[in-house]
Amino acid sequence: MPVRIPTLPAHPLHRLTLDNGLRVVLAPDSTAPVVAVAVYYDVGMRSEPMGRTGFAHLFEHVMFQGSAHLPKLEHARQVQGSGGVFNGSTHLDYTNYFEVLPAGALERAMFCEADRMAAPLLTQETIDNQIDVVKEEIRVNVLNRPYGAFPWLQLPEVLFDSFANTHNGYGDFVDLESATADDAAAFFDSYYAPGNAVLAVGGDFDVEQATQWVHRYFARVPARRTPDRPPFAEPALPEDRHAEVVDPLAATPALAIGWRVPDPVGDFDSFLPYVVLSELMSDSDASRLEQRLIHRDRLAIHQAMYLGLFGDPFDARDATALMFQAHHGSHVSASQLLTAVEEELESVVDEGVSETELARVQARIAAQLLRQADPVLGRTQGFAAGELIHGRAEFATELPGRLAEVDAGSVAAAAAALRISHRAVLELTPGASA
Amino acid sequence: MSVVLDEDPTAMVLPPLIEARSARAPRAVAATLPNGLDTLVVRRRTVPMVEVRLRIPLPMANGRTAAATVARGSLMSSSMLFGTAQRDQRQLANDLATVGADLSVSADSDRLLFSTAVLRTGLSTVLDLLADVLTSATYPRAEVVAERDRLGQRITMALSQPGVVARMARSRRLFGDHPYAQAMPDPAMVAELEAVTLRRSHRDRVRPYGATLVVVGDVQPATVAKQASSAFADWVGTPRRSRVLALPEFEPGGITLVDRPGAVQSNIRIGGAAVGRRDPAYAAQQLANLIFGGYFSSRLTENLRERNGFTYSPHSGVDNAAAGSTFFVDADVATGVTARAVHETWYELGRMALAPVTQDELDLARRYALGTLALSTETQAGLASTLSSLAGQGLSASWLADYQKAVAAVTISDVQEASHRHFSVSSLATVVVGDAAVVEDSLRSLAALRNPE
Repeated sequence: MPVRIPTLPAHPLHRLTLDNGLRVVLAPDSTAPVVAVAVYYDVGMRSEPMGRTGFAHLFEHVMFQGSAHLPKLEHARQVQGSGGVFNGSTHLDYTNYFEVLPAGALERAMFCEADRMAAPLLTQETIDNQIDVVKEEIRVNVLNRPYGAFPWLQLPEVLFDSFANTHNGYGDFVDLESATADDAAAFFDSYYAPGNAVLAVGGDFDVEQATQWVHRYFARVPARRTPDRPPFAEPALPEDRHAEVVDPLAATPALAIGWRVPDPVGDFDSFLPYVVLSELMSDSDASRLEQRLIHRDRLAIHQAMYLGLFGDPFDARDATALMFQAHHGSHVSASQLLTAVEEELESVVDEGVSETELARVQARIAAQLLRQADPVLGRTQGFAAGELIHGRAEFATELPGRLAEVDAGSVAAAAAALRISHRAVLELTPGASA
Repeated sequence: MSVVLDEDPTAMVLPPLIEARSARAPRAVAATLPNGLDTLVVRRRTVPMVEVRLRIPLPMANGRTAAATVARGSLMSSSMLFGTAQRDQRQLANDLATVGADLSVSADSDRLLFSTAVLRTGLSTVLDLLADVLTSATYPRAEVVAERDRLGQRITMALSQPGVVARMARSRRLFGDHPYAQAMPDPAMVAELEAVTLRRSHRDRVRPYGATLVVVGDVQPATVAKQASSAFADWVGTPRRSRVLALPEFEPGGITLVDRPGAVQSNIRIGGAAVGRRDPAYAAQQLANLIFGGYFSSRLTENLRERNGFTYSPHSGVDNAAAGSTFFVDADVATGVTARAVHETWYELGRMALAPVTQDELDLARRYALGTLALSTETQAGLASTLSSLAGQGLSASWLADYQKAVAAVTISDVQEASHRHFSVSSLATVVVGDAAVVEDSLRSLAALRNPE
């Protein structure tokens, strides 16, 4: 018998847009005496020009290197010395900066974010320092590690065609090493205009007071021209593609498959069933691929199917992908796995999805979304990403309801569309370096 | 660069911190069921979900059999959900997912841990399913044999990760013949395990006495108590007595070098003794750790990362295990700067051990410790994991409030004392995993090199 799925009471959202163009979302919620502040800039790895791969991420590092009123290291000290935590991350379509703090530190967090939105310190010395740091980040996550960044760095090269969608977003060392303070100033000027950003504040605060602080600290950031955002969409893949990489550090082979899927923003209704499909195929021990690849045929050591290069279906614009990856023993061939995955997609088309199975998948989706929404940072980031990517902070609140409406027929239709789509396959084999 | 306009002069001044209302201390309702299972329930209605943790202590009798015990515990935990007397693997997985749950089972040198989140409306179902697994897991032979192969391959994959190699080398260096030296299951031992061995081990060791069930979320504690006592009524038995072995002394000093030819980075791993949560000096030790390398605003990060660009994410911490606590320092650095990075790390350790920290450093670390403690128990998942971890050391929820008070009272000289005791380089073990052909000579200029244990 299906379980009754509880829902989260909708929290009120307050929004304003400052004269300089900054979009602000305030989401008060007094369940715990903590606040989250998130600033999302509408620039990510896809906006990097040729010769500047990795620059969006390098610039994210540089944004922590001080600003007009906060010398190097002071941002971290202010946030951590308030009892809070901070971080930033670079995505395909945006770069975000965020803090979670005791409620009494909200004004200070706004000051810190506004100070670097207005005037980060962009010196050659700190840029050179952070080039070294980023190179170590790439070594620890990619170069010195088996399966490093597999498949998010390698599969797009096979699945997509444009420079924007295929280049190495972590950055080529040659490009990173040539980055200058002038490049950083130009990048800041183009992409970090207040009109190109969203500020979201969530948690325990008074809306009127927070609005005053938003005006006091962020309104002083001068308006600048916001950049044109070129479309990164690509048409349907024209043929099946196949590539191989050799990983000298890996112990066993791995396989990745990618399919281009509908526009996750402009064609949201067509995109949503793929989200349910990926969960039905791959989430939890009960899923079809776990049952088939792990328990029945024993082909794989591990399997995962997900949307978006980083596993978040909703944080990227077009083009995006349905991804599959598996690690497998060397006695299993990639084509055995590929055939099994395709047969499982076929069976969704041919045999359909029962109400019982759909209810189970919907329960898992609901549980995961509710769990994500428990920390104030998760909620606040949902509002910021919703506002930036989908133009509506409410997107985050409405998503559970929209997913719950996806029916069995549209899940089968998504699987049917994949059946006639071309796909990109990437095989990783362990071996000595060439 | 843009010009800052100062229309509002107050916008230039760093705003003050306002004393916020403090976080509610969790009201944990504790009870012990007739079968000896301890339960701890906290009502926290932030989202209509419930977090469940069941921790069963699995102390190891001795170091001689530790390798076998670790291998068995590892395959037992990864095979436990392959079926029960009433449900096969698929049925069990379906029933769990139907209420939104995704039960995980993991084993380490101290305990077996079951963990899941579930929709509010599915808690009693999850407790029943958990009890079904505990009382009648079947370990079907064919499934166990298949999992044995997969586990062997997962271990092989893990052993190709430099971070895992480094952690294992440090564990062997610190723990000698104690079970904790066995940081990963031995694939050869896993390959020899039979289903019948797992069934016997489950019968002998998966027992309620001494175990703790933590439930945090949108629940009524009284209802949970009834659900739990009905669900777990048939789960009985006291475990075989085995005491926790005390940690051995280790020989500090020198550098253990593990060769990883061609590596583009070196993994520096340092370890030593630390005091546990019950020790009066624990709070001072935690603040000393923060100031040294425990958070971004630390001396280690400022030196290795922000001044020298040697590494991405250097950090130090204290690992609290049943047999004792361990202080550790981790840094993954470019091969070419390996010895300089070890030297700078030792320098910062020495500076902590020999000279007092500043009042500003202490205040910053104190506010961070208090603030993040509140943040980490803000969520259902964070609180459940914290309470379960405390329960594993026989500590109740009230330890959190005591710890807050202790942190508030720490002085500069307390930090100095803790640093002197735990951060003296002469009392620590240093391990480096890297390309020996490149790093060996320069490391030798810092200390005598030792072969890996």
